[in-house]
Amino acid sequence: MAKNDVKVLGAWPSPYVMRPRIALNIKSVNYEFLEETFGSKSELLLQSNPVHKKIPVLIHGDKPICESMIIVEYIDEVWTSGPSILPSDPYDRAIQRFWAAYVDEKWFAAMRGLRSAQGEERKAFLDQVTEGLALLEEAFGKCSKGKAFFGGDRIGLLDIAFGSFLGWLKVTEKVNGVKLLDEAKTPGLVKWAERFCADAAVKSVMPETEKLLEFSKVLAAKMKGAPPPKN
Amino acid sequence: MAEEVLVFGAWGSPFSRRVEMALKLKGIEYKYIEEDLTNKSPSLLKYNPVHKKIPVLVHNGKPVAESLVILEYIDETWKDHPILPKDPYERANARFWAKFIDEKCLSAIFKACWGEHYEHEKAEKEHEKAVKEVSELLQFLENELKEKRYFGGETVGLLDIAANIIGYWLGVFEEASGAELLTREKFPKLCNWANEFVCVTAIKENLPARDKLIAYLRNRFGAGNASK
Repeated sequence: MAKNDVKVLGAWPSPYVMRPRIALNIKSVNYEFLEETFGSKSELLLQSNPVHKKIPVLIHGDKPICESMIIVEYIDEVWTSGPSILPSDPYDRAIQRFWAAYVDEKWFAAMRGLRSAQGEERKAFLDQVTEGLALLEEAFGKCSKGKAFFGGDRIGLLDIAFGSFLGWLKVTEKVNGVKLLDEAKTPGLVKWAERFCADAAVKSVMPETEKLLEFSKVLAAKMKGAPPPKN
Repeated sequence: MAEEVLVFGAWGSPFSRRVEMALKLKGIEYKYIEEDLTNKSPSLLKYNPVHKKIPVLVHNGKPVAESLVILEYIDETWKDHPILPKDPYERANARFWAKFIDEKCLSAIFKACWGEHYEHEKAEKEHEKAVKEVSELLQFLENELKEKRYFGGETVGLLDIAANIIGYWLGVFEEASGAELLTREKFPKLCNWANEFVCVTAIKENLPARDKLIAYLRNRFGAGNASK
């Protein structure tokens, strides 16, 4: 397939943008990466995602697909000759989708809260993050069944959903002076994280922690200087 | 092996009703367990320890939680009367709008009906803003429907089921709170769809009684922002 038939609109620091890129890499699909400028939204983005005006957007031919995990499932369903991203058993699929939703709706929400919280609130978010990791450690044990990834021998849906947050997890550890993934408490996840980041499909799109840390400072400064949100 | 399907739900919840609608559409027998959400059963806590919420589907002892995840599981397990199309782009589209409904619509609708209470002068302006937001969201759905009978095309699909909030509960919220959101004048297609939707047997049999729901909502959330 011609390279310009598949485009990903995104930005390098975004964990959500990493997800379709990892999925396309798994399927060995060439694509054009269109980087959005930080602080502004291109015409193409606004046209392709008029509802949310957010990245990532996958443009396949002339069809836009939005929402990172929906894009990942789309990629899995279109490029069927490559390795499968979702397992074939409906129950296993449901478990992967359940935890992917948990990571997005509960766990990363707590991580985001941690970024700007102070004092008691900060401790509360930190507890939520840590409890979430304990649940994910347990889920890892059940899903991997002794293998390398949540998806088994190869990276699957939940690996992509959770693994895409590892860069930001490392930044959070540095900024807060805490260890979130811990050999004592989450040994399975510690090893999984190493394997995930080293995987060929992930390596080229996972931002370096130092670069992400610098970016997080820029982001924090911008957020401080920005006018208060409307709602 | 005899198949056992359990559904843990709450009579007024659009989320657990979604699960029942999908099972009914596919003609799947199940046992329904009504949960008292103020006093959750040990079974519910066992089957959904992470969120402790309904709905939960338990199929031969194995629990699945989160209504949209359950709908996909149901479609993949019982292949008759499919609720998702075959084409990957159309599937992505249905999933996109189902997510849109859950993430954006419900909270906006609630705010317009029973939003935070502001001091008198602010109240009307905030209410107007909330109504406008719901209007914008409904417009997206109105546009998505186009000339189709259902979101799923000729037959009810996953998105129609997910849109049960719009198809039935929204009208009930409006009546309970006095808010006017889904007007025929602004959303003729969506109104037509809602009328068709609630007539489908598998849907009709799974709607909570209107009066009972109105009484419950008024009792729980008060008379509403828009009540005069």
